Amino acid sequence: MKPAPSPASSHVARYTLTAIALHWVLAVAILTAFCVGLYVEGLPFSPAKLKLINWHKWAGVTILFLSVLRLLWRLTHRPPALPAKIESAMPGWQRAAYHGTHHLMYLLFFAVPLLGWAYSSAKGFPIVWFGVLPLPDLVAPNPELAEAIKPLHGLAAWGLIGLVALHVGAALKHQFIDRDGLLTRMRPGGRA
Amino acid sequence: MTSLVRLRALSFGAACLVLASLGSPAHAADPAITLVAPQSEVAFTIKQMGVPVNGRFKRFGVQTNFNPKSPQTSQVTLRFELASATVSADADPELGKPDWFATAKFPQATFASTGIKALGSGKFEVAGKLSIKGTSRDVVVPMQLVQAGGVSTVTGGLPIKRLDFKVGEGDWADTSFVANDVQVKFKLVLQGVPAQ
Repeated sequence: MKPAPSPASSHVARYTLTAIALHWVLAVAILTAFCVGLYVEGLPFSPAKLKLINWHKWAGVTILFLSVLRLLWRLTHRPPALPAKIESAMPGWQRAAYHGTHHLMYLLFFAVPLLGWAYSSAKGFPIVWFGVLPLPDLVAPNPELAEAIKPLHGLAAWGLIGLVALHVGAALKHQFIDRDGLLTRMRPGGRA
Repeated sequence: MTSLVRLRALSFGAACLVLASLGSPAHAADPAITLVAPQSEVAFTIKQMGVPVNGRFKRFGVQTNFNPKSPQTSQVTLRFELASATVSADADPELGKPDWFATAKFPQATFASTGIKALGSGKFEVAGKLSIKGTSRDVVVPMQLVQAGGVSTVTGGLPIKRLDFKVGEGDWADTSFVANDVQVKFKLVLQGVPAQ
């Protein structure tokens, strides 16, 4: 990779503040929900396990709703184009990976929580959001269906985490190897 | 006079033998009121962090001489095998433990009527003692009787507080996690009940 001559922060157009806020809130929520999901799997049956499962479901539904907002926001607010200098420095496969990763992540933002919700419904446990708002069941209770959905939920979640790793790796590469200031687009806090 | 009602055929083998021995066979010769087990159910709903969770007893028996025309002489005793309670595959192995039903020490829960009152149009009010896990409480259970095609269907339910009966102790006692209120619902299909 050829290094960019100087940090181009001040020339990089930033995402909107709303997009930046949604990005970071969802980043934390998704990573937390993923870790809790992994952790509860191995816990013995106990109040602690059931509480964590409920929090995991509530987080998942929150992620789903925020992802709907995020998609609507993105569809109505064009993200800043890659700076020409950065884009021209990217080989074709990187550009394809850049778009592909984002599209697939958006797909999984919906697929992972929906599969989890359907799993809970199939298990016969309706989700009551934060213990207050009962949500409709996505499928009728059905033990076999539940067992079929469970691995899909896990697989999709691992897929999303894999893409997140790729996304973070690419961002770090731009920051520390290319030093092209691309992260400025999504950095929380005031203007660079 | 007491009739023996035997639970039939909901589950097999040992379970049936256990239940057949629940009632004293002394009056087995009386015209019996029998429970049509496959069509009967005793279910309960608990709330866990706001989520309704349904469970039921797979094995229960009824002993009664219920006569709708003579409620004051009628008596009913229900027995539930606590070990037959089922909620979910994950929870079931827990239910027999001391924090929940403590089935080793308290294999059965019972409801024994102390007085039945007719309220008209098939409605009855059954007062009695509900005993679970070594604790008895006086309760009044509203019941609806419907008779058709030779069978009598009795439905009803009552709200109970699980902690009154020490069900869900220790780590499970927190009612903000598992609510204290439990709704019990039953449907008993009986044969041999005299017409009302």
